[in-house]
Amino acid sequence: MEIIDAKPGETLLLLGNEAITRGALEAGIDFATTYPGTPSSEIADTFSKIARYLKAKGKDVPFYFEYSTNEKVALEISAAASLSGLRSLTCMKHVGLNVASDAFMTFMYVGCRGGNIIVTADDPGCHSSQNEQDNRYYAIFGNAPMLEPSNPQEAKDMTVDAFDISEELGLPLILRTTTRISHTRGIVRLGRIKRSRRKGRFEKNPFMVTVPSVARARHPVLLEKMKEAEKLSERSRYNKIIERGGGVGIVASGVSVGYALDSLEILGIQADILKLGFTNPIPREMCGRFMEEHKKIIVLEELEPILENRLKTIAHDLGIDVEVFGKDSGHFSRLYEYNLDIVVEGISKILGVENPLPEGGKTKLKLPSRPPVMCPGCPHRASYYSAKRASPRDTIYPTDIGCYTLGRSPPLKMADVLLCMGSNAGMACGFSKATDQKIISFMGDSTFFHAGIPAIIDAVHHNHDCVITILDNRTTAMTGHQPHPGTDLTGMGEPARAIDIEQVVRGLGVEYVRTVDPTDLKECEKAFREALDFKGPAVVICKHPCILIENRERRKRGEGIPVYQVNQERCKRCNRCIKEFGCPAFYFDEDGKVRINEELCNGCGVCAQVCPFGAIEKVGERK
Amino acid sequence: MKLDIVLAGVGGQGVLTMASLIGRSALRSGINVLVSEIHGMAQRGGSVRCTIRMGNVNSPLVARGSADCIVSTEPLEALREIDRANRDTIVLTDVNPVVPPTVIFEDVDYPSVETILDEIRRNCRLIEIDANELAKKAGDIISKNVVLLGALSAIDILPFSHKILLEEIRKTLPYKDINTRAFNLGRKEIMRRKDEKR
Repeated sequence: MEIIDAKPGETLLLLGNEAITRGALEAGIDFATTYPGTPSSEIADTFSKIARYLKAKGKDVPFYFEYSTNEKVALEISAAASLSGLRSLTCMKHVGLNVASDAFMTFMYVGCRGGNIIVTADDPGCHSSQNEQDNRYYAIFGNAPMLEPSNPQEAKDMTVDAFDISEELGLPLILRTTTRISHTRGIVRLGRIKRSRRKGRFEKNPFMVTVPSVARARHPVLLEKMKEAEKLSERSRYNKIIERGGGVGIVASGVSVGYALDSLEILGIQADILKLGFTNPIPREMCGRFMEEHKKIIVLEELEPILENRLKTIAHDLGIDVEVFGKDSGHFSRLYEYNLDIVVEGISKILGVENPLPEGGKTKLKLPSRPPVMCPGCPHRASYYSAKRASPRDTIYPTDIGCYTLGRSPPLKMADVLLCMGSNAGMACGFSKATDQKIISFMGDSTFFHAGIPAIIDAVHHNHDCVITILDNRTTAMTGHQPHPGTDLTGMGEPARAIDIEQVVRGLGVEYVRTVDPTDLKECEKAFREALDFKGPAVVICKHPCILIENRERRKRGEGIPVYQVNQERCKRCNRCIKEFGCPAFYFDEDGKVRINEELCNGCGVCAQVCPFGAIEKVGERK
Repeated sequence: MKLDIVLAGVGGQGVLTMASLIGRSALRSGINVLVSEIHGMAQRGGSVRCTIRMGNVNSPLVARGSADCIVSTEPLEALREIDRANRDTIVLTDVNPVVPPTVIFEDVDYPSVETILDEIRRNCRLIEIDANELAKKAGDIISKNVVLLGALSAIDILPFSHKILLEEIRKTLPYKDINTRAFNLGRKEIMRRKDEKR
């Protein structure tokens, strides 16, 4: 496994996320925790792979790693490690920090002992997220020092240095990436992996118990530490001027630094670039000097105008006469991610030069869209199909975060509202009181453990009349098949006690609980009908492994994947398979006949139960 | 030197694997490279776009009209990337449609493959290949992405030898025999067409 076996000085092609993990190893990390979430997942998955790889070779694993129940728990665990003197890291997607924010805000008051890094992977453009919040605000909100890498090499280097900075200040530090940093592969030159300590010791100190009097004493200490942090920011090697000449200055951070450099070349113009990597606290003096030296400043940052507003404040405070162009001037948007097209166009408009990018090819054809869908053979499709058949029109279907959110697409249309992890059950409770409609809500198994349980307690305590479904596919599928508390292996590949979802639900006091295999359509539909008839909260657990894992296991055992086809002589063209069940392996051929795409079919065979005429049959197996 | 490649296809067809293999080959050849990938929700059967930039580059995405080459595992997805192309761009695409379920529920048809290919031809230089057929010949349809890598290695655009790419494939992927056959079949198909032209 090259990421751990490669020697110092060697180069590897690493994802930004993998580079962060390597950086943590080079900093001698002792402790890493996470709850998986795109675009952060590969940071933690790389720790998990390394642990299992070393274990298989009979070697000692130099760190402790776990997939925690949720981001808040993950941060609390890593805070405890840090307060015991260990170097620890927690990684999560941007919305994960919302979950962890309660712990985060006060952890900043307590401060850390061993270096503590909180990695937040933001998702401008919502590639795989429910919002595109800008977590740089969290650094300002909580008074946390923040580093922002602009490429995979820097992601590695910054992670190493972040631990030193965190320890020097005694403050947890936010390392903030975006999708285009986390999921860009680039060449990374490696350093030496440092030995870790593994065990620390907790020294008691009354200032860690944040009662009001302590909190009042700790807040000014935090602000003092941030003054020290500003001095580090002023002389950090991650804040620097790339001199290219010209009277215009560009200020950029993160992936926008690369767009700035490439845009200048495309435009054939010169401009100095102030590249900011240590972005909170912002180096005020350095920014002031840069603005003094340039008449026009262009700010390149995705999402919110945070640098832009700070630069304007600094210019105002220091009485610098400078024009600042960015979002307020209307040249750049607060929406979505940037790319070369946007940055070249923006700079060319500001400077009044021609945009030299070629127009690009064009077509007048209307192209069908291809949004992500639930995989062929996905057990969630069977669960939705049965729930839909069982429920009256006008039933409300609150949904949650996972592959099953894709059930919103036609023909199933089984997702009506979504806020965040666990919101399905809370909203089910609300709708049950606010309306006379029937309610069936859906959440995944990992979501159940993460944030689903408190709302079920609410449903039981108040006797809310709703059906809450747990789609248990035995894994955290959407983010890449990580384990969760309901599975029997830890992230380090050790045996774990699998928590039985049905037992938990019964323990909460739910009286109607039924576990069914959703690929048995009749049984599944029956369970939903009974649950809807039950007065009070009812829970249906649809338990069947993710088809991708099921087929991987089949291949390992040397078994084939069944191949199904439509028997055209029996088919009566009712189209129920394609228009109601809607597996993406079905398509209409040029004669309007329904066929199964053999490249896509995963062989679950549920469609054979859907067909009222027995026209879908197994015709063989493929290896 | 600068080379911009766009890889496109449908989630599950191995686009990410192609990107990583090309990237690793560049690294081995001492060429600077950035590969942008797409993960998570974006890959569940949806459109997938990866970009590979080599040489003197600092950012991962390919600008409008600037792709040197577009490689696609599906014809509609090749056409979807046409705004990245200019007149000199080579579009190498498989010809087997994967019809998205949206055509059943929305008022948009999947255009005929010939119409799609004509649209690409009108804009840039098209190289079409039946990668499914060659992949089946190699032993498994799943190797169609490697067929396309073999074909790509024969169009003289990559700044490293096809041998390096094949070595990376053999080093990284399982089913080495099938994948080696798939690579060679894709490569030979393009070489054969070149010979015919001469």
